[in-house]
Order: sequence, then structure tokens, then C-alpha cells
Amino acid sequence: MSTTLLEARQLYCERDDRVLFSGLDLSVGSGDIVRIAGPNGAGKTTLLRVLAGLNLSFEGGLSWYGYPLHQQRDWYQANMLFLGHRAGITASLTPLENLRCWVDMRRPHREELLWEALADVGLEGYEDIPSAHLSAGQQRRVALARLYLSTEPVWLLDEAFTAIDQGAVKVLESLISSRAAQGGAVVLSTHHRLQLDECRVLELGGSLGFAT
Amino acid sequence: MQPESRTPVTLRESGDGLIRAGVTTFRRELLIAFREKQDVINPLVFFVLIVSLFPLGISPETEFLRDAGAGIIWVAALLAILLSLNMLFRNDYADGYLEQWVLSPQPLAMMALVRVSAVWVASVVPLLLLVPLLGLMLHLPAERIGVLTLTLLMGSPVLLLIGAIGAALTVSVRNSGMLLALLMTPFYVPVLIFGTGAVTAFGQGASITGHLAILGAMLALAIVLAPLAIAAGLRMSVANG
Amino acid sequence: MWQWFHKLGSPKWFFGIAGRLIPWLGFGALILLGVGIVWGLLFAPADYQQGDSYRIIFIHVPSAYLGQSLYVAMAVAGAVGLIWRMKMADTFIAATAPVGAALTFVALFTGAVWGKPTWGTWWVWDARLTSMLLLFFLYLGVMALRRALEDPENRARASAILTLVGVVNIPIIKFSVEWWNTLHQPASIKMTEAPAMPASMWVPLLICAIGFHLLAGWLILMRMRNEILYRERRARWVRDWLLSQ
Repeated sequence: MSTTLLEARQLYCERDDRVLFSGLDLSVGSGDIVRIAGPNGAGKTTLLRVLAGLNLSFEGGLSWYGYPLHQQRDWYQANMLFLGHRAGITASLTPLENLRCWVDMRRPHREELLWEALADVGLEGYEDIPSAHLSAGQQRRVALARLYLSTEPVWLLDEAFTAIDQGAVKVLESLISSRAAQGGAVVLSTHHRLQLDECRVLELGGSLGFAT
Repeated sequence: MQPESRTPVTLRESGDGLIRAGVTTFRRELLIAFREKQDVINPLVFFVLIVSLFPLGISPETEFLRDAGAGIIWVAALLAILLSLNMLFRNDYADGYLEQWVLSPQPLAMMALVRVSAVWVASVVPLLLLVPLLGLMLHLPAERIGVLTLTLLMGSPVLLLIGAIGAALTVSVRNSGMLLALLMTPFYVPVLIFGTGAVTAFGQGASITGHLAILGAMLALAIVLAPLAIAAGLRMSVANG
Repeated sequence: MWQWFHKLGSPKWFFGIAGRLIPWLGFGALILLGVGIVWGLLFAPADYQQGDSYRIIFIHVPSAYLGQSLYVAMAVAGAVGLIWRMKMADTFIAATAPVGAALTFVALFTGAVWGKPTWGTWWVWDARLTSMLLLFFLYLGVMALRRALEDPENRARASAILTLVGVVNIPIIKFSVEWWNTLHQPASIKMTEAPAMPASMWVPLLICAIGFHLLAGWLILMRMRNEILYRERRARWVRDWLLSQ
């Protein structure tokens, strides 16, 4: 039995005179995995940022548990994790400090969970090194460690698999599917073809239609 | 890597832990300032340099410096703050932390106020500590230095709060330094007038409670209204990534 | 009322209405300014104190007044744009900022010209002149910010926020500058405080003021129509309208 968490109705969005999507309906319930697919410039990132409540230049309705999203912003943000193109890792802080700050903005952190999460993403021994000294892939992993600390039912992951190696992608796939099995909902955009059976695919056109 | 998350899916009530989030924001800002010391030191050096330009450029006479000293220090402090505004949100915007921060389930205006307070403690307080030294170099009498420091203590948070609005609006603009200075300088005029006015009045033996009251009123207004505008500006700036 | 308000939000409707208003505003401005300025400069009596130099008020006062009120109007439009997400509000700001800046500049320039015979110098740090100068910078700030931001949505929100912050600050700036001025300078001859101006002076001034309003309205509507055409350039009605020209 799946409850609808996040719902988008008749979304319309254009950018630089190009319609990115129009009349887009999307309903995300617990247990759902939705992959947003499409060529570069099709609007995958824009759609995810609209769903996250960051991008406000769209028309149409967004609802959270059936309530208009813009009235429930705080409630929604307490239950949504967004991972964007840019990882949100502060170079001068260590991975541990980065995670601690991120969790503390949301709920009390437990120190041992932070260490475990960093171990989970393969960053044992890097906990106390300024993030500036980590490689791009490792910084990405710090950001992904948030997934291991997350209680949020909704995950919105924009190109989450960039800069990480094949093995890690496999693990992430199973992380995502186990998350859905627990009742979470995941919307993600990626160029990788996911090995997930329960995944729905939302194809964005990338057509060169003009606004009318 | 682990294939399973350690924390279960939990539906939460909206934003709790305002104080915890505030403390986190404050401490993070101080920690970053401590790690990136150069960002704190550069405006300080700049501040001292501007002050030293006036005796060189106009006149080193004691008479002149005593009369103009307070104004010089005020203008220099204003410029140092103005030129460091650029960095207020820049790094966090570039690495994506800003959008994570905006998306945290906390009232953004409150968090913005906390953050600006932390920046004030980390970058402006050291500047105020230099004021007595510079005052001596400009031959200001000790009591006048005291009044000057007091007016800067009240005025500089206003400068920072108003400036943060501009910083929030222009964080997505490349090379925004000059733009920011153009946007914000007119707003700094009242603070400058009453800040220096207090020192002048004190020098003429007049009462300065009126000046301080007006500076206090501007501070109160800035504390109440500026965070709302900063929050709105930040939301706008993170919209497109 | 609300229906009218919603119509106002429709670029196509606004474009049509503005098109019909523009000739009236343009000719109205031409006639009123012609009559007002000729009357004011040639026929109104000279001032017993300032002689002929006071005649600059027929241009100075209306442009100074409009320079200030247009900023407030931009802030109102900014609030409307933020609250109701009305896109026409930003069109108004885009069209008005340069007009307001130009009028403020005219006020500054005529103030300086008036200052030469009256005070014997082109520029005096007079309270009014100084606050007009700051207002001029506020306009330039709005224009610079709009130029710097590329995304139209961001541009709209940013200029709305900035004009609102500006409108809260304008009274504070004016008050502080006036206070500063009384501190540093004994009161000199005030530019506009002519007590009990005779009708032969204030009637042409009034005509000029109305003329300037029509002129500003004409300029703003023309600029708004341009802006609408640009923003709606992909829309069918714009294509149809262009073909019908």
C-alpha cells in the first residue's frame, strides 16, 4: 500500500524561450523510484529543483501529502533530501564537520553514526582531513554519506553518480532500492542505466518546441 | 560501501531545533573564519591602509587629523566592510552548501540573522579592536576614541546587515564586488552621518544621546527587517543553481 | 476591481490598452508642456527676490517630484510582483528605472544651474540636492543589478527586493541628510518654499507638473510596450500584431 507523498500536476516550465516540460504530471509515493531521463538540456535538473522547492519559476501545482507545497515548506523540507550537481561540501571543513553541520541543521546528530556513515562511503581515515585535500570523487562520497544518515522519506538526487566509480554505483543502486523497500521515495536523474527493476522512467523530451 | 542506510525512514514534524541549528550556523561560520584566516586579515589590512592614505593624501597636521580623524576611520571601516561583503555567501554558493542551507527546515531569516552575527563577530570585531590604535595615530583624544568605538559598535552591524541584502542578491553574479559597492553605498549614508555626527557633537561638547538613540533605532530596524530581505534574496539566488 | 487587476496582468491586454493611451499621453504632454513652459518662462512675473532665475522651477520641481514618486511606484510594483507573481510588475520596473533616473538627473542638473546665480556656485551640499543625488544612485543601482542578472525571473525578484529595501530607506536617507545639512550649513534660500505664490506663478507650474506626469506616463508606456514585445516575442499574438502593422 503506497501513500502519495509528493505530487506534481500540470507542470509547465520554460527557459530561454524553450519549453522544458509542459503538462507534466508526476506522483511519487512511498516505495517509488523514479528516474528522470532525457538528453542534456532536457530539463532534468530544472525539474528536480522545482520538486525540491528551489526553483519557483514554473506553472502548475505541487503538493505534499495533498497540501499545497508552498504552504508546507518547513514540513516538506524536514522530510526531503536534495542532492544537487554541486555537492555542498565546504572545502575548509573536514568531512566529519561537513556532515555534522548538515545533520545539525535538521536534527540532533549522533557522533558514532557520522563515523559509520563515512566508513560506509569508503572514507575511513579521511574523517579529519580538510575536504579541500580530497579528490572530486571523494568529495562526492562525503555528500553521499548524507544518504546513510538520512531519515527523510523523499530523496531527490540530481546526477548523484557523477565522479564515482562503477563499484560504488552498484552499491548506491542497492542502497536506493533498499530505501524504497523501507517506504522511502526516490526521484533521481542520471545518465547511467540503473539495474533496478522497480524503477519508473520519466522521459523528458528535449524537443525544441517554442513557447506559445 | 554499505548497501543499506543506517537510519530508518521517518516522517518528521516540521522544523524543530531552532537553537541547535542556530548554534550550528554560528559555530560553522567562526570555524571557517578560523580556518580561512586570510579572509579575515585582508579587510583589516585594507582598513589600516585606507586610514593611512588620508594623512598622506591630504595633510599630516595634527589639527586636521584631530578634526577629520573620526570621519576618516568611519569611512575606512565602511569601505572595509563593503569590500568584504562580496565573500559573505560566495564560497557557499559556489560549492552548493548554500542551497542545502536554504533547504534545511529552519526559518531562513532567523538563520540569516545568526549567520550575519557570526560574521560580525569574526570579521568586524577585530576591525573595531584596531580603532583605538588608529585613533591614536590620527591624534584623536582618548574620550573621542571611546565615542568613536561606541558608534562603530552600533553602526557596523547595521552596515553588515544591509550589505548582506546586497550580497544575497548578487551572489550568483560573477565579479560582483563593484556592483555590490554601487548598490549598497547609498544605504550606508544615514549610518555614516549619525556615526560621525555623534563624534563631532561630542567634540563640541554637545550631548550625544540623540545620535546614539537614532543609531540604536537603525540597528533595531535592520535586525528586524534586513533578515527578511536577505532570506528572500538567498532564495532567489539559489533558484537556478 | 479584481477582474481589472487580473486583466492588468495580461501582457496582451495591457499592450492594447497602452497602445490606445499613448497618443493621448503624448499629445497631452506636448500641449501642456508647451503651454506651461512658454507661460512660465516668458509670461509669468519675475520673483521679487530671485528675479528670473526662479523660472527653473517650472522644470525642476516637476522632475524632482516625479523622480521621487517613480521610485515609490517601482517599489509598489515590486511588492505586487512578489506577492501576486505578476509579471507585468517587472515590466513596469524595467521601463521606469531609466525614466526615473533621467528625471532625477534633470532635477539635479537644473538644481545646479539654479544654484549658480543663487548661491554663486554650481554645486552646494544642500540637503535636497544631496538626497536627490543619492536617489539618483539608487536608480543606477537598480539598473546595474538588472543588467548583472541574466535569468529574467531572478532579475524580477531581485529588483523587487531592492526597490522595497530602497523605499524603506529613502525616508531615512532624506531625514539623515536634512539633519546633517542643518548641522553643517545655515539655512539658505530654499528652492521651492515660495510663500503664497501668486496664481500667475503656480498655474503654469501646475500645468507643467501635469505635463511632466503625462510625459513620464508616455515614456513608461512606450518602454513597457517595447519590453512586452520582447518578452512575448514567441507568442502568437505578437506575430499577428507585427504582421498587421
